[in-house]
Amino acid sequence: MTRATAEEIAARKLEAATDEFSLVVERHRPQIFRFLLASTRDVDLAETLTQDCFLKAHRNWGSFRGESSAMTWLMRIAINLQKDHWRNRRMQFWRHTQTNSVDMEDAGEWLPSGESSAEKQLLAREQVSHVWTAVKGLSERQRTVFLLRYVEEQELSEIARATGLSEGTVKAHLSRAVGKVRTELGGKQ
Amino acid sequence: MNFGKNFGEDRNIQAEPGASNTEDMALEQALKNFRMSVVAWSDAAYSRPRTVTQAVRRKSWRLAAGWAMGCALAVGVVAGAGYERHRGQELARFEAERVASQQRLAQEQQGLLREQQAKAEEEDLLAKVDSDVSREVPSAMEPLAQMMAEDERQ
Repeated sequence: MTRATAEEIAARKLEAATDEFSLVVERHRPQIFRFLLASTRDVDLAETLTQDCFLKAHRNWGSFRGESSAMTWLMRIAINLQKDHWRNRRMQFWRHTQTNSVDMEDAGEWLPSGESSAEKQLLAREQVSHVWTAVKGLSERQRTVFLLRYVEEQELSEIARATGLSEGTVKAHLSRAVGKVRTELGGKQ
Repeated sequence: MNFGKNFGEDRNIQAEPGASNTEDMALEQALKNFRMSVVAWSDAAYSRPRTVTQAVRRKSWRLAAGWAMGCALAVGVVAGAGYERHRGQELARFEAERVASQQRLAQEQQGLLREQQAKAEEEDLLAKVDSDVSREVPSAMEPLAQMMAEDERQ
């Protein structure tokens, strides 16, 4: 009887944890995908890395203590997976002879059809294309910090926790990244 | 949604000497547009129908191509090694044949030389025998030989 009760409790706990994790996936999956898409500019790769991220998170869900938000924790996993991917790609260069990343021009084509005029749309496209060019030229850390700040709109403290850097370092990377974007925009305007 | 909301807070981070307000506004607008663009692209990509089969097919194709290249490389290496081995064997056989032929020729020459020597020795022996035989007088002819010798003295 006691053993049956313990098993029931364990099953209920497992079920609750599964439900909880399902909610986390539902809530944060689009954001993680968006960050990985912006980082890689490759839809298939972003999807694969997102899957890997949540698979890894599911395996380690039991060890998540809630010291940071679930989003920060997931973002940290995503950043590490992305790093591993590029490292492996450099090591195993024969595996992928070509990249599926879209060009800056194509990435810049994505703009919501607002009420603005065609001229404004064109100007916006040009600006976005310049920002993509600048982002491509950033170092891995600068790019990550820049995207977390200006696409995911995270606080500096959150970025510091997700990347494992100090806030000062995050600020420095951000400053350099924005400087490069400014130069790209200034030089091409 | 408040696009580029962090830009104002970050002014102290990325402000550059000489950067005008117009530049700041242009940068702010560009960052807003950039975020909107990424969000639009991500939303479209996220809600598109999943093409798992394509990915699998591409991965399979890559795998097959990788295996084919690997096999071709392995076959090339094995064939190259086989050819080298065969060539080495051929060279060794040719060299052995050449050495054997030289030895045979040398043996033949030596045999010929020995034969010539033996023939010469035999001829010398026969000549010596002839000479010895011609100088000796049979006993039946002895009186006649003495008479001839006396005549010569007289």
